[in-house]
Amino acid sequence: MYAAVCLRSFRRYSTYRAATWARVFTNTVFGFILTYTYIALWHVRPHLGGYDLSAAITYVWIGQGLLSLLAVGDLGALADLQTRIANGDVAVDLFRPVDQQRWWLAVDAGRAGYQLLTNALVPMLVGGLAFHLRLPQGSAVDVVAGWAATALALALALVVSYALRYLVALTGFWLLDLRGIQLVYYLTSCFFGGFFLPVTVFPPALEAVARALPFIAVFQVPADVFLQHDDAAGALGALGVQLAWAVVLLGLGRLVQSRAVRKVVVQGG
Amino acid sequence: MDQTLIEVEGVTKSFVVRRRAGRLRRTREVVNAVAGLDFTVRRGEMVGYIGPNGAGKSTTVKMLTGILLPSTGRLRVAGADPVRDRVRLAQRMGVVFGQRTTLWWDLPLRDSYELARRIYRIPAGTYARNLDRCVELLELGPLLDVPVRQLSLGQRMRGDIAAALLHEPEVLYLDEPTIGLDVVSKRRVREFLAQTNAERGTTVLLTTHDLTDIEQLCSRVMVIDHGRVVYDGGLDGLHRQGRSERTLVVDLERELPPIELHGTRLVRREGTRQWLAFPASASAAPLVAELAGRYELRDLSVREPEIEDVIARMYGEAERTAATVARIG
Amino acid sequence: MAETRSFVGGGAARWDVVHAVRCYGHIVRMWIRAALAYPASFWMTMAGNLAASGMDFVVIVVMFLHTHALGGWSLPQVAFLYGTSGVTLGLADIFVGSMDQLGVRVREGSVDTVLVRPVPALAQIAGDRFALRRIGRVLQSGAVLTWSLLRLDLSWTPLKVLVFASLVLCGTVIFGSVFVGGSACHFFMADAAEVQNSFTYGGATMLQYPPTIYARDIVRGTVFGVPLAFVNWLPALYLLGRDDPLGLPSWFRFASPLAALLCATAAGLLWRTGLRSYRSTGS
Repeated sequence: MYAAVCLRSFRRYSTYRAATWARVFTNTVFGFILTYTYIALWHVRPHLGGYDLSAAITYVWIGQGLLSLLAVGDLGALADLQTRIANGDVAVDLFRPVDQQRWWLAVDAGRAGYQLLTNALVPMLVGGLAFHLRLPQGSAVDVVAGWAATALALALALVVSYALRYLVALTGFWLLDLRGIQLVYYLTSCFFGGFFLPVTVFPPALEAVARALPFIAVFQVPADVFLQHDDAAGALGALGVQLAWAVVLLGLGRLVQSRAVRKVVVQGG
Repeated sequence: MDQTLIEVEGVTKSFVVRRRAGRLRRTREVVNAVAGLDFTVRRGEMVGYIGPNGAGKSTTVKMLTGILLPSTGRLRVAGADPVRDRVRLAQRMGVVFGQRTTLWWDLPLRDSYELARRIYRIPAGTYARNLDRCVELLELGPLLDVPVRQLSLGQRMRGDIAAALLHEPEVLYLDEPTIGLDVVSKRRVREFLAQTNAERGTTVLLTTHDLTDIEQLCSRVMVIDHGRVVYDGGLDGLHRQGRSERTLVVDLERELPPIELHGTRLVRREGTRQWLAFPASASAAPLVAELAGRYELRDLSVREPEIEDVIARMYGEAERTAATVARIG
Repeated sequence: MAETRSFVGGGAARWDVVHAVRCYGHIVRMWIRAALAYPASFWMTMAGNLAASGMDFVVIVVMFLHTHALGGWSLPQVAFLYGTSGVTLGLADIFVGSMDQLGVRVREGSVDTVLVRPVPALAQIAGDRFALRRIGRVLQSGAVLTWSLLRLDLSWTPLKVLVFASLVLCGTVIFGSVFVGGSACHFFMADAAEVQNSFTYGGATMLQYPPTIYARDIVRGTVFGVPLAFVNWLPALYLLGRDDPLGLPSWFRFASPLAALLCATAAGLLWRTGLRSYRSTGS
């Protein structure tokens, strides 16, 4: 059933054509702007943060590609959940014999699948035409392992981002105006997730903070895995961190959800 | 002085609609929303403009108010072209869209009126007088300081009508002013409109689905179907042409065999309730009197005919299904 | 077709500009009052806006932890670009930024209600949903700009003061024109509203960094294409006494008013075209 939900969501998102291309265009424009700022900085400090220039540029384009896929600026498919919470329709959902967290994960995965083919791929292709991007390299084994690890890291990143957004959306049971918390979520995930600058470039204290937060699992980790920033052991460790955050945050989501259900049952919404 | 206010001559409006057909193919269709309209409205008239959904009513109102440009034809309001002289004409007309409020959603009703005063440059005295009149007749007093979003549909409609009349327009366009309203609000709105028309001589063009609106307000009714005026005259004539029937719903004290009453025919019987149809042009009063004399009644009501039924009977089903849409490719 | 043309010529002349501006002012005041009816929410969203726009500057500061110059420009000089870009975008955003919701209005059909009032649609739509909280960006960028001016010691002359004042004014007009022109495109493609962000927020981000870091063709595009270079890059070359990476004639540095005028005209024409298309299609 969840596969069908996922497929339906994919189809639904594929109907928002104009909006998708508008977003791709915007991401591409920002990709160019950021690339030049990175070139200027890496021109002065060629191996800043453990990236060479080509890796740094690639970092920018991965970021622009994944911005929509990981729904950093909005709630992704969970915007619908938020609406249902706001207008009370969610009460109906809660008493259906489906697991809400899994249901919405399937919906969000369908969305992400579509955006992988459009929002993620197109800016990467444009960036690849304009600049020299770094793909997984080394021996044949390294390349295959690099791509496989990237796919895994991306899937885990989506789950972590989903779990975070699920928590944000659930706050709608207690808060009337979600604009504030959404903005906080956007800023922290962009900054501490490494979308603006890799956290390895941060001053040590700030980097320590970023490494202690879950946002790093959303973007910095998959980008580093793709760029082979760390050795095999380091990459496995990073995937482990992602997995740990996924488990913790999904568990937290369940806890909050059960609280919300109790609230709906007791107060009738 | 020229008594003609609205002149419409051979006006058409067509839209190009692009539709996705399959994965990549797109079809381009020309839809004739209005296909050759001719009519005039004199000053002080109150005209009902009716027709089924998609017949072109809203398109006509949009062209008269200068929102839409006609594809072809000539259209004049008070001698002016509504699109070219939009701003000047806007000063002389009031518009109420039943489905869409022109009030400012998050602000108290009073603020919308205050803004209308500035937008229409209404002199202070006129504004106070008109606002008082609207507040009194539409019973808006307790609502003035309530944000519009908190008003009920009926309250909002009353508020919208008041907003459209503060600047004393010569002509008032109402698009479905009673749709979705409760009985009390409907009555209040109708009374207010009738009074405004009578006292001020405001010309009123109203589109509606509700034949009762027309019956109580308009001496003249225009029926539009497939983008053309298919009837223009009094309501009686419409009922005659449409052979439309009203229905007496009779609730008897106990279950009885079918009622036989001259001038009516039984259309349905269910327990103690019976439905009797009679021509809409006939008066219900003698029928009711006779019924009351012959039977013990618990309740009695008269149901008006539906616009769609009247028009359908007028032109027959076959013609109604003929496509308006010309496929170009 | 004849009627279409005359609408543009005849109608515009009769529009009372003073009345339009006054109505815009009233609409704006109403929205401010409405926003202040919920003070907690107002101050929170404003603080949020302040923090959001400040994040860009944190990124710049982090970059300067690793270098003394970016594209040959020092931190106070980049801060000057950052501040002027943010203040002008922020002001334009306050005055006409809510127009980017036009796409939504077109889809809902609420543009119709605007068109039946005796005030130009532009004045009404620009004032609708006026959000004072957007002043957060102006305040934050203004603070950075003040800091940079204190650090730069520009040895002010009357001409420099004039150029600086024209920078703020013309920059606001140029960004405002981009907002209006971009919104006008929503009449044709309501779903692609986000493209506009590339030119407003994207443009402002680009202007936060020195022109020297970009490819010359891109800088040329901002001079001769969408003339964002006239917002702050070109006047800054004069104010900060720096060389032009494109080697353009020096009068370009003073040409911002001309660019602003051109932008405003283009935006006005686009708006009129958009409105005309709306009139013929109704969607």
